[in-house]
Amino acid sequence: MIRTPLRPLARILDARAKGENPDAIERENTRLRHEEMRDKARARAEGRLLVLGVMFFCAYAVIGARMGLMASSEPMEPRARASAAEIVMQRADIVDRKGRVLATNFETHSLYAQPPQMIEPKRVAKELVRIFPDLDEERLVKDFTGKRKFLWIKKKISPEQKQAVHDIGDPGLLFGPREMRLYPNGRLASHVLGGASFGKEGVDAAEVIGVAGVEKVFDDFLRDPAEGGMPLQLSLDLTVQAAAERVLYGGMKLMNAKGAASVLMDVHTGEVISVVSLPDFDPNDRPRPPTEGAPDDSPLFNRAVQGVYELGSTFKIFTAAQAMELGLVNPSTVINTKGPLRWGKHKIRDFHNYGPELSVTKIIVKSSNIGTARLAQMIGAKRQQDFLARLGLMEKAPLEIVEASGSTPLLPPSWSEISAMTISYGHGISVSPMHLAAAYAAIANGGTRVKPTLLKRDAPQYGERVMSAQVAAASREMLRKVVTEGTASFAEVPGYAVGGKTGSADKPKPRGGYYDDKVIATFASMFPAHDPKYVLVVTLDEPETFALGEVRRTAGWTAVPVAAEMTNRLAPLLGLRPQVEPGQLAGITLTSN
Amino acid sequence: MTEMVYGAVPVQSGEPILPKWWRTVDKWTLSCIMILFGIGLLLGLAASVPLAEKNDFGAFHYVTRQAVFGGAALVAMLITSMMSPNLVRRLAVLGFLAAFIAILGLPFLGTDFGKGAVRWYSLGFASVQPSEFLKPGFVVVAAWMMAASQEINGPPGKSLSLILAGVIVILLALQPDFGQAALILFGWGVMYFVAGAPMILLVVLAGLVVLGGSFAYNSSEHFARRIDGFLNPDVDPRTQLGYAANAIREGGFFGVGVGEGQVKWSLPDAHTDFIIAVAAEEYGLVLVLVIIALYASVVVRSLMRLMRERDPFIRLAGTGLAAIFGVQAMINMGVAVRLLPAKGMTLPFVSYGGSSLIAGGIAVGMLLAFTRTRPQGEIDEIFRGRGR
Repeated sequence: MIRTPLRPLARILDARAKGENPDAIERENTRLRHEEMRDKARARAEGRLLVLGVMFFCAYAVIGARMGLMASSEPMEPRARASAAEIVMQRADIVDRKGRVLATNFETHSLYAQPPQMIEPKRVAKELVRIFPDLDEERLVKDFTGKRKFLWIKKKISPEQKQAVHDIGDPGLLFGPREMRLYPNGRLASHVLGGASFGKEGVDAAEVIGVAGVEKVFDDFLRDPAEGGMPLQLSLDLTVQAAAERVLYGGMKLMNAKGAASVLMDVHTGEVISVVSLPDFDPNDRPRPPTEGAPDDSPLFNRAVQGVYELGSTFKIFTAAQAMELGLVNPSTVINTKGPLRWGKHKIRDFHNYGPELSVTKIIVKSSNIGTARLAQMIGAKRQQDFLARLGLMEKAPLEIVEASGSTPLLPPSWSEISAMTISYGHGISVSPMHLAAAYAAIANGGTRVKPTLLKRDAPQYGERVMSAQVAAASREMLRKVVTEGTASFAEVPGYAVGGKTGSADKPKPRGGYYDDKVIATFASMFPAHDPKYVLVVTLDEPETFALGEVRRTAGWTAVPVAAEMTNRLAPLLGLRPQVEPGQLAGITLTSN
Repeated sequence: MTEMVYGAVPVQSGEPILPKWWRTVDKWTLSCIMILFGIGLLLGLAASVPLAEKNDFGAFHYVTRQAVFGGAALVAMLITSMMSPNLVRRLAVLGFLAAFIAILGLPFLGTDFGKGAVRWYSLGFASVQPSEFLKPGFVVVAAWMMAASQEINGPPGKSLSLILAGVIVILLALQPDFGQAALILFGWGVMYFVAGAPMILLVVLAGLVVLGGSFAYNSSEHFARRIDGFLNPDVDPRTQLGYAANAIREGGFFGVGVGEGQVKWSLPDAHTDFIIAVAAEEYGLVLVLVIIALYASVVVRSLMRLMRERDPFIRLAGTGLAAIFGVQAMINMGVAVRLLPAKGMTLPFVSYGGSSLIAGGIAVGMLLAFTRTRPQGEIDEIFRGRGR
């Protein structure tokens, strides 16, 4: 080290003495040092590269060895036997509010094969195809004669099939005990129950896990051995649910609708007594999720909860109630309804011309968009937003089924004054029928918020107060008048004093704009109107009927008659006695003028 | 003759490009890459069919695409491998800048294809993942910096390249794409190691990793659970790993037969991250060992050739490229056999994927360009009496 710098220094001094340029020597010196460094670096890198190469080689060798090890081991018989102990067998039942069974378990067997033990693979395959015609004989022969050591043939077989397979008498065919989920009522309440399928599967047992509905939400509860098999009690009433499904199905067919939904809710407890979405499915044989077409056309789609629609004029009562709550109007305040109402480039029109001015009650009874929009202008966007939020219309429905996470309402991106005006009559906001039922329940029970639930409750909910009892009563009076003298005259069911509001909203096209020949027709009602016990919301998807020489699509002609028939059938089942309506109801409005 | 004497006709001074290329290129590595690409197509025939069916394309839609992209990748590889190291460096630095800018623009113009991480630019017919192109570019830039730092009076290249690596790692981690970030860090580390990292530092680093790992294991429950899940020999057969493990077992030594495999129907990533499982199931251990041998020979051979290299830049850049290529394959296969914790990473040249193929082609082309036989001063050394 010492010699390298010294020698050139000597050379440089020497060169200086001779009058030569020392820079050349300096450069040469640098070059030499550089070369030496490079050689050193190269020698070091040589060693390190060798180390690196060996490391890479070893790593690859380890991977190869591990591959070899795995390849030479047996494939797991779908589950190691040791872990079978972890599979919890018993799954608790699900019952309705009166303890009637909605879902229970059923013992059955699975069928599997161990080809190495098989004696006559060809005959076995032939016999199996005779018992299970959906199996493919060639495929079975191939599997049985190939290298496979294990294969499942059927996940669930009936006792008769089991006996028949047993009679084949081949030692290569084996049975595993299974417990399967059974829904004895078939399609009934299919969207609430959801369905179950096998989870971890072993030879000795298989775990049944919920895949949708309450089965999935309460999966842990139903499987928890600590609960001691206590059944899960729902708020549904089997009888009411069955009747509702039948009536709604008939109504859907009569009104040529492609789908329908209904929600029947106890206004005090928030319990959902019946919730129907048509078309439905059989949870015993749950269909696969659709891979083509719109997902909301699938029978799996729960229209009552997942289906967020613009529900149209049913929203008007919220606007009227809020305007009264804020003291801006009373039921007989007269509002200018001269149309069309212009707002920027938008025009708001009524279905018919209802004259230059109407009272608030009449606005609801006639269903005037202009009048409601004027009320919304008086209320303002911010206060409207708060009110709807307090009714629970701005968040997803807190219902105990997994599908409830798909019920997030569609709200306008910015809540401008024009959105406030359209939202006042139910356009520009999409909520599910379940949301609407809960909001109507708040009006029906005297003004406190209701959160819908599918679990049986014993006590009423005392939710946050949304409006005063007086405003709620006045709103109910208006709803009653909609039936007695307004758009929902078909809803009159003698003895049950139905009050409600119709709503017909044009369906939005998937790419923007609205269809002019497809509507969502909704009727949100409560009965008996003077002291409501239940709220019933009926929604028909694209109904169309022919009456009085015209094609009718509005709710008054479609959803209302269906709802009336449902009330007619369900109210007695719910234990409500037909009552003579108290006479004063009409009288109070007269004197309050 | 007159023209030649007076230079009116341009005369090629050196050897023609193609013969020279063929004489000097590493033909073994070249063949290995070609075979890997062929295997990729063969496996694509099996593994991409379920995906094509799911997306309503013809059964071999993805195979055709793979063939087209693969052809482009091979051409890119050949062209790159014919360049001189200096030209490669210039172009790679430009490419690195372009890819870096593209990564910066990702949050504004990129898409995530519903996978939760914004890593791609959508071009309509195909998508581009700029981080794939960034890797080889970064290796070259970092190697250039480190090589420059070995000059007398050179810039502080090692620290500069570390800062650059840090910036890129942060950018990638923000996407988030920890896999690529780890690859970049690993590439830098290998280059630093070869460029002469002090031994003490290496020992201290190893110690820190052990300490940090055990600290994380003891203090973070999440981390501990992942490691436990990885160490636990029992794997849930319904996870991707479980399917992959079972597929390898089903395959045995000679496979269940071409097209007979089942795993591709249950694994969503059968055509990318778990293609080795498809290979193991249908063709058995034999093909898997062949694939491993191909990767090993590409990496080890390239490193051995670089041992003789005199130019520090070429040595470092080649090492970085070979290491990233090799470790990516290693991680992919290591995950499938559960030697490594789950991490999505493609198998270079075999997995399906347009931009990863073309970027891989360019990277391997660079590697080939760097490992070409060139005079290493042997004659000089003989003259100086130091020849061997």
